[in-house]
Parts: sequence; structure tokens; C-alpha cells
Amino acid sequence: MNITLKVWRQKGPNQVGAMETHKMTEVSGDMSFLEMMDVLNGNLIREGKEPFAFDHDCREGICGSCSMFINGEAHGPGRNVTTCQLHMRSFKDGETIHVEPWRSAAFPVIKDLSVDRSSFDRIIQAGGYVSVNTSGETIDANAIPIPKHDADQAFDAATCIGCGACVATCKNSSAMLFVSAKVSQLSLLPQGKPESKQRVIRMVDQMDLEGFGNCTNTGACEVECPKGISITNIARMNRAFLSSNLTSK
Amino acid sequence: MLDSRIPEGPLAEKWNTHKDNIRLVNPANKRDIDIIVVGTGLAGSSAAASLAELGYNVKSLCFQDSPRRAHSIAAQGGINASKNYQNDGDSVYRLFYDTVKGGDYRSREANVHRLAEVSSNIIDQCVAQGVPFAREYGGLLDNRSFGGVQVSRTFYAKGQTGQQLLLGAYSALSRQISKGKVEMLNRHEMMEVVKVDGKARGIIARNLVTGEIERHSAHAVVLCTGGYGNAFYLSTNAMGSNVSAAWKAHKQGSFFANPCFTQIHPTCIPVSGHYQSKLTLMSESLRNDGRIWVPKSKDDVEAILNGSKLPTDLKEEERDYYLERRYPAFGNLVPRDVASRAAKERCDAGFGVNKTGHAVYLDFASAFVRYGKTEALTRGIQNPSDETIVELGREVIKSKYGNLFDMYKQITDDNPYETPMMIYPAVHYTMGGLWVDYNLMTTVPGLFAAGEANFSDHGANRLGASALMQGLADGYFVLPYTIGDYLADDIRTGKISTETQEFDAAEKKVKDEIQALISNNGDTPVDDFHRRLGLIMWEKCGMARNEKDLKQAIAEIQELRKEFHSNVLVPGSENAFNPELEKATRLADFLELGEAMCLDALTRAESCGGHFREESQTPDGEALRDDENYTFVSAWEYTGTPSEAKLHKEDLIYDNIELKQRSYK
Ligand SMILES: Cc1cc2nc3c(=O)[nH]c(=O)nc-3n(C[C@H](O)[C@H](O)[C@H](O)COP(=O)(O)OP(=O)(O)OC[C@H]3O[C@@H](n4cnc5c(N)ncnc54)[C@H](O)[C@@H]3O)c2cc1C
Ligand code: SF4
Ligand code: FES
Repeated sequence: MNITLKVWRQKGPNQVGAMETHKMTEVSGDMSFLEMMDVLNGNLIREGKEPFAFDHDCREGICGSCSMFINGEAHGPGRNVTTCQLHMRSFKDGETIHVEPWRSAAFPVIKDLSVDRSSFDRIIQAGGYVSVNTSGETIDANAIPIPKHDADQAFDAATCIGCGACVATCKNSSAMLFVSAKVSQLSLLPQGKPESKQRVIRMVDQMDLEGFGNCTNTGACEVECPKGISITNIARMNRAFLSSNLTSK
Repeated sequence: MLDSRIPEGPLAEKWNTHKDNIRLVNPANKRDIDIIVVGTGLAGSSAAASLAELGYNVKSLCFQDSPRRAHSIAAQGGINASKNYQNDGDSVYRLFYDTVKGGDYRSREANVHRLAEVSSNIIDQCVAQGVPFAREYGGLLDNRSFGGVQVSRTFYAKGQTGQQLLLGAYSALSRQISKGKVEMLNRHEMMEVVKVDGKARGIIARNLVTGEIERHSAHAVVLCTGGYGNAFYLSTNAMGSNVSAAWKAHKQGSFFANPCFTQIHPTCIPVSGHYQSKLTLMSESLRNDGRIWVPKSKDDVEAILNGSKLPTDLKEEERDYYLERRYPAFGNLVPRDVASRAAKERCDAGFGVNKTGHAVYLDFASAFVRYGKTEALTRGIQNPSDETIVELGREVIKSKYGNLFDMYKQITDDNPYETPMMIYPAVHYTMGGLWVDYNLMTTVPGLFAAGEANFSDHGANRLGASALMQGLADGYFVLPYTIGDYLADDIRTGKISTETQEFDAAEKKVKDEIQALISNNGDTPVDDFHRRLGLIMWEKCGMARNEKDLKQAIAEIQELRKEFHSNVLVPGSENAFNPELEKATRLADFLELGEAMCLDALTRAESCGGHFREESQTPDGEALRDDENYTFVSAWEYTGTPSEAKLHKEDLIYDNIELKQRSYK
């Protein structure tokens, strides 16, 4: 198939960017979106031009590196997939495809389609862990049975890949889905409970400090999240946050 | 001259005795000692977090934009531990034995036993961190089986075990970062090891965002930089996985052990086109429930290819479940090397079921029925119809492997709940790596290697679910202690300066190498060369190897390397974010490593584990080991040209296990 690409070109942080148009022929439906970008980049290099920079690593939807805003949707059309798992068969012959980076004040552009998401790391550093040392001298793993239902729910929340699609999708650039996923995972498990109050306060404070916006419950994040993280996590976190704030005052 | 420093005494007591006798650094002195940990996969994150907890000053690097994205994140199936929760006769000894046997008797007894000993602690540790492993209805941890063993000892979190374990280690790391005990350098690539007076005292790194070349000093350097499967271009590894850190260490004097020991994983999604950039694994855990087959008759193969028959049209007796036929004792759960070769054998004989001829079926139909029946009983459904049974069975399979089935559908556009998966072997893991002693130190004093980057525990073939175990064992429980033995001499050394001749020289070398690539007036992009290297490696140093091909491969790689350096085109600038330049520096190292792998494969004229020499096989086509001549680790010393490296042999001594020809029949 033939497609026309309009891709964001930005030389570096704080520089003015613009869309650039490229025509592609002989695109196979079995190519992943990133493989199509590889072909484009190969062509550009042979023509003596600079390729487009973009982040990627695992190419199987688990590392959370890839991050393109395609035709107005984070990770493009299709539900529960990342850009690296998107295949060209999802597009029509002759289609024009717009490719942009995540856009959020808390995710500044590094170059072209690549952005800086270290704000997510700092939120985790603020409290997204259980304070246990790694000596291995803890209790036996089966000493505390955990109801399967709780374990499964914690697992579902823990599958967040930290890609940032939720932020890129949200008109307020809110990081609530990401933060609530981690808070939920840990608060659903007995190991995470002792610190749950201070954890939620610290992580939310850090989130605000990084410049993420407020959540106005539009639910757009849940729709675009490649891992199907549910907004019930946000509700759970809000409850925890309120009660923590009340009790700590 | 190669001293593996294995402690004296009975096997089961070696590790404890060693820990009791090892030199320690007291907490106050640890504050004056700096350690660089390169890599944030399971091995690196766990090592950095644990070293920081002990009190050392740690600097940690990864090339991704976050430590959480290291390649370990992609591991699917599970992690082994000899907990014996299933009460099926598992024990430390059995895990040790299975791992040595699975490795085809080419690993060190003492290391493997230590691994088995600490395995249980790993699970305790991870659960304490909030890793949400799969559980049974009673609330206890669930287990599954992996290839090459007859017990159920694999802990898992659906098909995302690596993700959950890595996020656990990442959380421990994040905690130490927040305390200021670890300085985290994301988007940084180690480019060179710096030695001072023969000891590793730092590294040169490139800030991948700005292109700046930086100096970092330390009292010891730990490489947790993963495996080198991407020498084959197409593999299940992440795109950025590379050998550069290990290779630079090798060129600085660290011996490289068994480079030809690579693991070809039997169940991956087959190649679909020339633009293909990577291959996707379908976890080994699927072989718990999936049955592997090809048609018995070539007419049926033909009919399937021309579309006149569907695989589901073939009756049981028309299918060749070739693993169950050849290996009745282990069936579909034979080890990876055996399963891969068997698939190749069938496809080479003309029974491949896709248009490239390189695919076999992995079929869940009978599992749907089996699980469906049990599920109907537990739900109290009387006389369920066949459809109901299959439907219920599909739900059970979905709960076990849902994400893998989704991934398969997404990539192939086929629905594996309706039609069998098509799979083929692909490069997956590298057992070879930097040679290390019992303390995980390479032959360069002060330079350590952990995780997939070292060679130590898996011999010639790794059993499923044991890489995650090894990475975390090394990082949480081994290295943090053994490194003290070396650092005990450094408590009075003081800060290592970066303003020295050694750092000057190393920095200049790195800058010159980058300059040569950037200012090269070539016309061919990096990927083109990488694809060509991959093809040479796959065809001549892949699932089956022979003397003639290997010699030819060495010549071809040397030629390709020359062409690369004269003709590669790297766009952009060295002083900016430049992913093409990153690829180029990594490929330059793969082009040297490939030659070393072929040399190693050439000198090992026996078959063992993943290394199958066509010249060394039994009459029925099984791998034939030669214990008399090859019961050793090949540790290579760099001499200037990869294929002229000097061989050092570490003899492997088996005091506790009797060497047998492996049989899974
Ligand atoms: C698809 C897949 C599934 C798997 N499933 C399983 C499984 O179910 N069970 C199992 O036991 N094993 C499994 N494995 C194997 C296992 O995942 C790996 O062997 C293991 O995770 C390796 O961990 P590591 O810490 O050694 O290295 P990695 O996780 O590869 O980490 C390497 C780190 O080094 C960094 N790095 C590399 N080079 C440099 C450099 N020059 N400068 C700076 N940083 C650098 C990277 O940024 C990264 O942080 C699987 C592997 C694959 C590919
Ligand atoms: S919640 Fe979903 S969209 Fe947001 S970072 Fe996690 S996986 Fe990505
Ligand atoms: S590249 Fe890893 S999620 Fe897309």
C-alpha cells in the first residue's frame, strides 16, 4: 500500500518544530508501525537526510519506550496496543498519517518524536515502593496467603508500562492513571498496606510538583491506555488520598 | 593461571563457608567506596539497590530513558525456585541437578549449587516487595512447569513475570535513588572501561541526549549489561540489547567465555518479511498446554499451503506430534535445544507449514477440552456440550496466557483460540559471556559481571525460567557480598581521580572511534550491515554448525567489518541525540564478536547443548558430547584480532554429578 506521512520534526528541546511530509510506497500490512518508520528512516539516510528520532526497545508492547501520537491518538488506532504492536494493516491504502510526539509540559521533547519522561521515575522515587531491604531474610513467601481476587487486581494494576499515553491523551495532562495504578497495586497487597497513607500523599505531591494537570474524570486515559489500566484505580486512589489527608492532619 | 576460586569443602557447604570467611568492608568504610553498576535489568537493578543498602556509593547507568525499561522487562514465562510448595519432590539438589544436566554438563557445579540454594530467598524477597505472583484460590502461590524438568517449580505472573520482577527491583532501586545512595544516569551508554595499574577504576560514558563524553571513576565496576543475541540481528531481544560493554571489557583484558553458546528458542513467531526488525517469543510456558505438530504427509502440507485444507481439518492420526513421538518421557517439555533442532529437522525435511517452509504448529485444542471438562465439573455444569467445554477451556487458557494469545493475534492477524499457532525457533539468549570467578569477578581485577552478561551458570543450554533466577541471585544475594572481598583492600585508597593519563587516553580513544564513524563518507545505513551479519551468523553459526561453514563465516565477517568501516553512513552529529550513531557503535562491536563466536564454535568440535556440530551426532541425529576432550570452559583472551584470540581452558570438575549423555526419551 501507499501512504503519506506527516511527521513531527524538532531539532532539540526548546526549538520550534514542524510537520514534514513524506510519501511511502510498498508498505506491507504485516509491517509494524515502527518497522515502517525504520524503512522511512533508511530511505532518508540514503538520501543524505536525517532520520526521525523515536524511542523504542522491546518492540513487543512491554517496555513502554515507544510513544507516538498517531492520527490524534496515543499509540494510534486500535485498543490495548502500543505503537510497536500496531500493524500497518490497521491503515488504508492512500491514507495520510500524522505522527507527533507526546505533548505535555511534564514530558519535554528531546528530539523529533522522543520525549523526556523522567518525571514518571521521580514519582515512583517519591514512594512507589515497599520499604523492605533486599537481604532476602524476610518471611516465607507463603506465610501470608493473599486472596486470589486481591492478587489478581494488584497484578492488573501492576501491568502499567509507564508509557505516558494516559498523560498524552488527557486534555489536562494528568498523570492520575499512572500514579493510581502503582498506588493501587501496593495498597491491595498486605505487604504494601503499612505505608499506604504516606505513599499516596508523597506520590501525589510529586506528581503536582512535576507539572501534571488535574484529573477531571473524562476517562480518556483509560481508553488509550495500552494495558487497559482501569480508572477505578483513580477512584480507589482518591479515596485513599482523602482519608490519608484527613488522618494525617 | 585461570583461578575460579571455588571454595573448598563439600558442595552444599561451599557458599556458606565462603560467606563466613569472606573479607568484609565495615559500614563506615563503605561510605568511602564508589561502585559503578552498568545496566538496570534484573541483575543491575538488584545489585545497585543492594550495594546501596549496604552503604556503598553507587552510580548506575542504562541506555534506556528509564531503568524500568531494561530488557528483563520482556521476560514472560517465569522464575524457578526450589520451594517445593507443590510437594512434588523438589529440592535444592534437584534444581541444581536439573540445571547442570540441562546445561549439558558444561557449567560449574559450585556456582549452580549456590544458585539453587538462594533461589528460595528470591521468591520471599519479591513477595515482600509487592510482586504480584499468580496465586491459587486458597491464596498461596501457584506454580507451572518448564522444559527439561519433571517438577512444577516455576513462579509466574501471567505472561509478564519479567516485568513484575523488574518493577520490584526497580522499586528497590528507586528507593535508594530517593535516599541519594544511588545516582541514576538514564540515557547513558558505557563506551570504555578505564584501568589504572591493571585494575578497573572507572568508565567513559556517552550522555545519549547531549552526546557529551563523560568520565566516571569508582573503586569497582560491575557490568550487568545483558546478552548478545542481537549479533544475529533477528532475535527475541530488545532492539538496543548489545555486547558493547562486555566486548570493551574483553578488549581490556577480561576473558570471554564460551561465546558460541547461544540459545535458540523453539517457540517464536516465524519471520514474515525482509523489513522484519525483531522476533517475538511465545513463552515456553505454552508448552505446558500446547502440543507441537506438523502433518504426517506432504500432501497435507501442500493442501494447507494452497489453502484447500485448514490445520484444524487434519485428524489426530494425520498429525505428527514429533516431540511426543521422539521423546515420550518429556514430550513437548523437552529442553529448548532439543525442541529447536527437532523443529528444524521436520522443516528441513519439507514439513514446514507456512510459505517460507519454516514453521510448525503449537496447538491448544486438546488443552481447551481438558481444562473445559474440569471447569465444567467445578462449576457443576451437568452434561456440558462439546462447545461449552471448549468455551470453558478457552477461558482457562485465557486466564493463563491471555496476553500471549493477544500478542500473537496482533502480530499475525490469526486467532490462536480458533487455529493453532505457527512457531519457529529464534535466537533468544546467550549462555556465553564474560568469564568470572566464584566471586563474579572477571580476569580484570575490580571488574565484575552479573546476569546474562557473565557465563557462569547455564553451561551450554539454559533451562527455562532460570535466567531471571540467576539475574536476581547475582544481584541481590551474591555480588553484594563477594565484591567486599575485593574492596576490602580499597578502604584507604580514597577517591579515584578522573584527571589522569589513563582517563585522558580512554576518552580520546572513544572520541576518535565516534569521529571515525560520523565523518565516514559511506553510503550504506547501519541496519543493512547488521542484517548481513545476522544472516551469516544464523546460517553458519546457528542451530547447526560445521567446520567448513564456520571457517567461511570468519572470512565473511572480516570482509563485512572492513566494508562497514569504509562504507557505513552515520547521519547527524556526535554532539546530539543520535540513535543511528548508537546503533553504529554497537554494531562495530558485534562485527568483532561474531568472529569470536565462530572461532569458539570451530574449536569446540563436539555437540553440546545449543551448540550442535554436524560432525558430532549419534546415528539417530541427537547431539553427541565429547566429555573426554571438551569438559572445559573456553575462556578467550583478546590479542588484537578476534579470530586470533588465545584459548585458556578452565577444566570442569564434576565431584557430585555423574556425566551422562543427556536423554529425554
Ligand atoms: C522475550 C524474552 C523472554 C524471556 N523470558 C524469560 C523467562 O520467562 N524466564 C527467564 O528466566 N528468563 C527469560 N528470558 C531471559 C531473561 O529475560 C534475561 O536473560 C534477563 O532478563 C537478563 O537480565 P540482565 O539483568 O542480565 O540484563 P538486561 O535485562 O538485558 O539488562 C541490560 C541492562 O544493561 C544496560 N546496558 C547494556 N549495555 C549498556 C551500555 N553499554 N551502557 C549502559 N547501559 C547498558 C541496559 O540499559 C539494561 O539496563 C527471556 C528473554 C527474552 C528475550
Ligand atoms: S496507565 Fe496505561 S497509559 Fe498510563 S503509563 Fe501506564 S500503561 Fe501507559
Ligand atoms: S517498544 Fe517497548 S513497548 Fe513499544
